[in-house]
Amino acid sequence: MIEFSKPTLEYDLLWPLLLVFGVACAGVLVEAFLPRARRYLVQTVLALAGTAAALGGVIYVGVNLDDHGPARGEIVAMGALAVDGPTVFLWGLLLVITLAGILLFAERRLEGGVSAFAGQAAALPGTDAEREASTKGLDHTEVFPLMMFAVGGMMLFPASNDLLTLFVGLEVLSLPLYLLSGLARRRRLLSQEAALKYFLLGAFSSGFVIYGIALVYGYAGTMDFGGINEAIANSTGSRTMLLIGIGMISVGLLFKVGAVPFQSWTPDVYQGAPTQVTAFMAAATKVAAFGAMMRLFYVAFGSERWSWAPMLWVIAVLSMVVGAVLAIAQSDIKRMLAYSSITHTGFIITGLIGARSASDLAKGELSSTQAVLFYLVTYGLMTVGAFAIVTLVRDAGGEATHLSRWTGLGKQSPLVAGVFALFLLGFAGIPLTAGFVGKWAVFASAMSAGAWPVVVIAVLTSALAAFFYIRVIVLMYFYEPIGDGPAVTLPSFMTATAIGLGAVATVVLGVVPGPVLDLAAHAGEFIR
Amino acid sequence: MNDFPWLTLLIAVPLVGGAVTALLPSKGGSELPKQVAVGTAALTFVLSVVVAFQYDAGDGMQFIELHDWIPAFGAHYALGVDGIGLTLVLLTTLLVPVVVLASWNDADDTSPSAYFGWMLALEGLALAVFMAQDVFLFYFVFEATLIPAYFLIGSFGHVDRAQRSKAAVKFLLYMLAGGLIMLASVVGLYAVSAQAGNPSYLIGDLAGIEMDKETGRWLFLGFFIAFAIKAPLFPVHTWLPDTTAAATPGTSVLLICVLDKIGTYGMLRFCLGIFPEASKWATPVVVVLAIISIVYGALIAIGQDDMLRLIGLTSLSHFGFIVLGIFVMNSQGLTGSTFYMFNHGLATAVMFLVAGYLIRRRGSTLISDHGGVEKVAPVLAGLFLVGGLGTLGLPGLSPFVSEFLVLVGGFAHHWVAGAFAVTGIVLAAIYVLWMYQKLMTGPTNPAVSGMKDLNVREIAAVAPLVAAMLLFGFYPKPVLDIINPAVEATMIHVGVSDDDPVVAPVDADQTHDDQATEEDHK
Repeated sequence: MIEFSKPTLEYDLLWPLLLVFGVACAGVLVEAFLPRARRYLVQTVLALAGTAAALGGVIYVGVNLDDHGPARGEIVAMGALAVDGPTVFLWGLLLVITLAGILLFAERRLEGGVSAFAGQAAALPGTDAEREASTKGLDHTEVFPLMMFAVGGMMLFPASNDLLTLFVGLEVLSLPLYLLSGLARRRRLLSQEAALKYFLLGAFSSGFVIYGIALVYGYAGTMDFGGINEAIANSTGSRTMLLIGIGMISVGLLFKVGAVPFQSWTPDVYQGAPTQVTAFMAAATKVAAFGAMMRLFYVAFGSERWSWAPMLWVIAVLSMVVGAVLAIAQSDIKRMLAYSSITHTGFIITGLIGARSASDLAKGELSSTQAVLFYLVTYGLMTVGAFAIVTLVRDAGGEATHLSRWTGLGKQSPLVAGVFALFLLGFAGIPLTAGFVGKWAVFASAMSAGAWPVVVIAVLTSALAAFFYIRVIVLMYFYEPIGDGPAVTLPSFMTATAIGLGAVATVVLGVVPGPVLDLAAHAGEFIR
Repeated sequence: MNDFPWLTLLIAVPLVGGAVTALLPSKGGSELPKQVAVGTAALTFVLSVVVAFQYDAGDGMQFIELHDWIPAFGAHYALGVDGIGLTLVLLTTLLVPVVVLASWNDADDTSPSAYFGWMLALEGLALAVFMAQDVFLFYFVFEATLIPAYFLIGSFGHVDRAQRSKAAVKFLLYMLAGGLIMLASVVGLYAVSAQAGNPSYLIGDLAGIEMDKETGRWLFLGFFIAFAIKAPLFPVHTWLPDTTAAATPGTSVLLICVLDKIGTYGMLRFCLGIFPEASKWATPVVVVLAIISIVYGALIAIGQDDMLRLIGLTSLSHFGFIVLGIFVMNSQGLTGSTFYMFNHGLATAVMFLVAGYLIRRRGSTLISDHGGVEKVAPVLAGLFLVGGLGTLGLPGLSPFVSEFLVLVGGFAHHWVAGAFAVTGIVLAAIYVLWMYQKLMTGPTNPAVSGMKDLNVREIAAVAPLVAAMLLFGFYPKPVLDIINPAVEATMIHVGVSDDDPVVAPVDADQTHDDQATEEDHK
């Protein structure tokens, strides 16, 4: 019989993560015990305060991380988690995105006093129950605890240092998102379809991950990333099981980031989910999943780089090309942004394949981790801002997402059109915007590692992608509004803050990216 | 030399002025934005003249400002001017106030504050391009110029919205495609310089790197393609006539006379400066493309009925000359090209602006809708003729000097190149004089009979350009004195020298080839 020993947890490093989970649990209690009328305010304040406190904690932890040569921080929770530079960086980024996300979730002015989420999700669309819920002005304030659970999972995911924690993180972040996707107040069938699709495909991909984990465990005899790395380095036997395992785990991770050929859910879910959820999910999931992917590939499978790098070459090229080509054909702004996110996934993977050991880098040279982290910052903040703007352009039926409804927006509302144009230019990677610097960073990382064919395809795709971003700018500025034209609803300060955050980040990181890049460099390597 | 950041000031003044202009109210025909714009542009010009007077021709790169910008990328905020850069800076600062003054009423039906705001933004960014001494900074502002250019083409102009937005998108896609190809090379340079041990984007550092031949050639191609699209060079010129036909004449001046110079300037500074070996390797192809541009551009210009298209296409021919002068790589060619960039700006601007005056009066861009204008508007016709004569290279006007130098350079390179280039001059005479004849002479077309001649503002706008053409036509020495040392420095870096004069052209060619191969072996 195995003796039970009490695990030691490094609370001084882990408390921001635990705080987020705590806030989520507290949110559930609020739902259970507070009267309906007071939940909205309490939930919003609780989530905001909790996230802000966690963000402060992350900064504090980050400042006090121990320095061990190339990597900073340590492996904690009996080897299950690693709190190192990249983890802290990603945590900080996730929490900033979460703050913006909470503000979007709490927006009530756009729908005339209620949130963008279904009044009563259990009521079937088109029934009396639904009508009743909507006349009563019901609201699902459960979205806040759901979101906080997802955030907890997202923080767990890139910090996980063994395969089981990785899987737990994956599930904890995914399940609330499946649910949130189905909660739209308008176009509920579309939303529910999106949720179901996301859930089924997500569950399927989780199956791949768990099977892959089993195979890798069978090969290495350990779940621990460091242990797997050692096993690979020392083994001389057949590696079939390992390679299949790597492939299967990759399927799950690539599914989460929406890389081709596992992208088919992206447009449907991005379109069907409430736009606020899309904004949060598109940004935060990518951050978390790429963080996890980097740790898994660099730490656990670092010695096996020659096996996974070619696979990622192919995935990167496919994602960029397929995303850009299909985006051209889209007529819905949310679907277009979804396909554009697939292209950006390709760009980030391009940065990922620039992985090289620290000794290969010249002094002061950009590292792959640094490039990817920076790209995630720029992409995450721009995405939140862009989708937040989508929530503003409305007509009688809710959000007007068809591109033709955006015609002439520059005349109707120069400010909104201007900021949206800024985000589009940022996505297209035009200088003066953060997108350019991010793109440069990932390309430089890949180029320095000799992946020049991928970089050449990436620049060509960028030219292709520029076409559909520019097309929207043309629509907004160079054409007269059709009919009534789109109406821009004035949001409360909350959505405005989220948009402002994205816009400021886009410009500031475009002109003076130095501090954030240095921060990403300071984060150092993943700890082994 | 003092430490005052003159060049930063030179960039900042138009950018700030542009932002102020854009924010001023423009409803109700307010003149305020225009006054602010012309004041800013004039101030910038004065500043650039102050810089020019402090410039010491024999002292290489000057007014250097060097600060770390993005240490992780090895990118610096590095500015500086040498003779080549200074010439183009002066051209830019001279042209912008002229254009603002000449386009005074062009945007009255839309938004003058946006129009002139974008123009000033474009000026600031273009100046930064010519002064950047860091490849990353260069690329950054190079691409950033597209934003104001795009909105200038798409939002303002006399043709209908659909055609304009189509032209703007075509322009932007060409430029972005070129720019992104160059991005691959820019990123590649980082990889090369990081491999050499110290990632840095300073032109000075990059020029010192020993690059392996293969890599250098690939990277060169990325840069060259981007610059060829920008310049434009045959066969990637097709955006040019569509753009000039759709944009306002003022916008066209800024695009053709200032922005396109970035292409040729880039070839001179980056292709020759960083990839000397690859530039010599590419010379035969580039020279052929340049000659095709010269002849082809002139031939299709002859066939145009749209004035703005025609003037746009003449520039294709002229950019052929400039590129030819750069890639023959001798002192006459390089000096001629640099001077040509300046003169082409003057002459073409006069043509565009005066054509703009005419189009504004008549309401048509078609040559066939006009006729006999010189009887009703003699000053207009006269100024148009001066611009045209400058374009066709009449002795006494400054473009002649530069064209002559380029041709000498062409003949020194190979007599065939020179011989084909000369036909460009003949064809130029045809398209300019023919256009003048159809527009201005003959019986007065009833539609133009009531036309008013130019007013004082319109004359005052183009007068400085005509004066400059005349001045430098008779006395080009001040400009050439600035350009020559910079060209010599470039030639030393590339490792070419002028051939000694020899009688038989075939021998000259032989010597040159031998020399080139010798250089290769070194």
